[in-house]
Amino acid sequence: MGLRRSLIAVASVAALCVASGAQAKTFKWAFQGDAQSLDPHTLNETFTLGFLSNVYEGLVRRGPDLQIEPSLAESWELLDPNHWRFTLRKGVKFHNGNDFNADDVVFTFDRIRMDGSDIKTKVAPDTKVVKVDDHTVDFITTKPNPIVYYEWDNVLIMDKEWSEEHNAAAPTDVTKDSENFAAFNANGTGPFTVESRETDVRTVFKPNADWWGEAKHNVTEGIFTPISSDATRVAALLSGEIDMMYPVPVQDIKRIDSNSGTVTLTGPELRTIFLGMDQSRDELLYSSVKGKNPLKDKRVREAFYKAIDIETIRKKIMRNLSTPSAIMVSPFLFSKSSKYERIGYDPEASKALLADAGYPDGFELGMDCPNNRYVNDEAICQAVVAMLAKVGVKVNLLAQPKAQYFKKVLGYDTSFYLLGWTPGSFDSWNVMYNLLSCRDDAVGRAKFNLGGYCNAELDKLTDEVLVETDPATRDSKIEAAYDMLAADIGYIPLHQQGLAWAKKDSVDLVQRADNQFMLHFVNVK
Amino acid sequence: MSITTTARALDLLQRAVNSDIYHSFRSSKMVMVAAVVSAVMIIGATFSPILAPHNTLDLASISLIDSLTPPVWMEDGDSRFLLGTDDQGRDMLSAIMHGARVSLFVGFASVLFAMVLGVSLGLISGYAGGFLDSFIMRAAEIQLSFPAILIALLIDGIFRGALDAKTHDELAVYVMILAIGLSFWVQYARTVRSSTLVEKGKEYVEAARVTGLPPFLIVFRHILPNVTGPLLVIATINLALAIITEATLSFLGVGVPPTEPSLGTLIRIGNDFLFSGEWWITIFPGVALAVLVLAVNLLGDWLRDALNPKLR
Repeated sequence: MGLRRSLIAVASVAALCVASGAQAKTFKWAFQGDAQSLDPHTLNETFTLGFLSNVYEGLVRRGPDLQIEPSLAESWELLDPNHWRFTLRKGVKFHNGNDFNADDVVFTFDRIRMDGSDIKTKVAPDTKVVKVDDHTVDFITTKPNPIVYYEWDNVLIMDKEWSEEHNAAAPTDVTKDSENFAAFNANGTGPFTVESRETDVRTVFKPNADWWGEAKHNVTEGIFTPISSDATRVAALLSGEIDMMYPVPVQDIKRIDSNSGTVTLTGPELRTIFLGMDQSRDELLYSSVKGKNPLKDKRVREAFYKAIDIETIRKKIMRNLSTPSAIMVSPFLFSKSSKYERIGYDPEASKALLADAGYPDGFELGMDCPNNRYVNDEAICQAVVAMLAKVGVKVNLLAQPKAQYFKKVLGYDTSFYLLGWTPGSFDSWNVMYNLLSCRDDAVGRAKFNLGGYCNAELDKLTDEVLVETDPATRDSKIEAAYDMLAADIGYIPLHQQGLAWAKKDSVDLVQRADNQFMLHFVNVK
Repeated sequence: MSITTTARALDLLQRAVNSDIYHSFRSSKMVMVAAVVSAVMIIGATFSPILAPHNTLDLASISLIDSLTPPVWMEDGDSRFLLGTDDQGRDMLSAIMHGARVSLFVGFASVLFAMVLGVSLGLISGYAGGFLDSFIMRAAEIQLSFPAILIALLIDGIFRGALDAKTHDELAVYVMILAIGLSFWVQYARTVRSSTLVEKGKEYVEAARVTGLPPFLIVFRHILPNVTGPLLVIATINLALAIITEATLSFLGVGVPPTEPSLGTLIRIGNDFLFSGEWWITIFPGVALAVLVLAVNLLGDWLRDALNPKLR
């Protein structure tokens, strides 16, 4: 009797398991690193922001083709050139049950402008954010800004009450060791909730049953695992352990496509990979040159540029999945980009320039590089180091995981570095304001101009481009700015990297050209 | 070193050459092969700056154009690169020779460190007895219950936390020696302690004590030379273990930095290219590591048997 009863119990448990197994759609995916933090204002990085966009939402969002759509704001209008009115969606709740209202918007826009926030540049410091009523917010700018909300898909709205209650009213600073409740817990309005998270190990997402929108996915559980080793990530996909992963190591695209049941998705990415050089300090850090900064000398920067053989990097390291670039923005985002050409590879001329600048035997300097952020980032840096060694410049490479890398370089503790940039607004003004204009730490201007490049005329053009409404004039001003940058050799653009994701055939998803992966569009067959 | 110990060592050497050990060495082909292989690899590694066809540590000499060249006998092979090149254009043969040098240096240095530490603690423990003995031996037993690799990881982790990344990269080799050395001292300590317990009661120690020699001198001048026999065997076997441990740590990415690659680092770098068909980047360093460890291990095993009176 006892045996029979227990057999029935086992059988019914088994039946339950099978039943739930048929309906449960678990989706597992991997990226090469983990999100920096659950605090959406800690790091302005595509992956971290994309990851958190599953949980948090902005006033606007971007669809599969990157077009702007209403999200937490239902509509917006321009009352006068300096006065925007946003009407908020009603009946939206945060995951903890709190109502979403205008106070949360005002709170968030204050929070992103506090010290420690990494997304200060998404709104001007002198913009007033005013609550009109519970579901209406006004944004009053001091200068007209026709694209004020273009990057607000990445200004993720936090709950005021929840943040204050948990002592997380201020963002955690990525350059310091500060951490707070919001860095380990998430309370957004988005289509998914964070069920559990172990930093650098695993994050589990569950669909938010009370989400205001219509679900376009059929995922019942999403499990994210960071896998930093390229080969391990490929093996995990090939063995069926995960359903999707990115980026695909370029050497393995063929292998994944030839394997039955897995496929790669490739395309051009809007990200530009470039080298930055410290042009602000009077004495270069981590260098053998004392008392002066060789990178302030344009000849030295040009020598660096000429020492880099970008075609070989494209062929050997990127295996043709990159487009060498002469400017700091993707050709898809600027109409006149075809007129720019790279300075040719010429090691002899490079040596001559160095000798001319007073460094016939070269010099020594340090370089910072991430090793789990961009496609083959460390290999590119190693190649650059070897190429510079050929013209006599000894580079001491420090390649670190992005958590340590960003902490160091965002504190401007670098003399030579590799970075990638996708303009959040998909417009050149973002590049000019964040990377090319003169750094002003007080207002967060040019926060990501880590080398402190500064050209007063270009700086002026940046402000003009923002308020210019005639497309032709605007483009010619942007062109003038890029001309100045090229003449100054303020940066060394390398290439636009290719986008490479891989997934199982049985999974449907949307690949966005900004490399943000949205769980919301995943369907598991 | 006093005259007596020198004479004793010479005597030991002579007895060794004349006696069973040399005979057993000559009679086993496998051991002779292992000895030759070890010798070739150790010489190749030690003198790699002179012997290697390319200097892979000099970045100016490598060229990205040469990268991913297959070994010379395959199609597209290049006679300059016998075993092919890696993703940055480094000659694999030279990289392996330089890498083996780092691996062997870490191996020898950490064994030496473990030996000095273990022998000192073993002598103190055995001679002093009492509380000190219990304390050292309990600590040893606790450590024995953890795998050596875990201890090494722990020690490396502490240093990684205490030093910034740049300093750590510079000191990585020494951190590695410390970490591996600290995880291997127990065997030496236990062996020496038991021998010391035996020697302690013998007449010559009694005599030394009666003449009023301080304990420190008794231990190091009289007992130490009489307990060193088994240490050579442990050291040889541990050398292989230390090399493997270093390779494991470097493979996991917590060992020596890629700018100064050891065999483990080379295998890790090559691992990324296994799926894409560039097998030589990881297979050759792997084979080199396996052969080196096997050869050293065979020597160690043979030495253990040859020195074991029961097997004679």
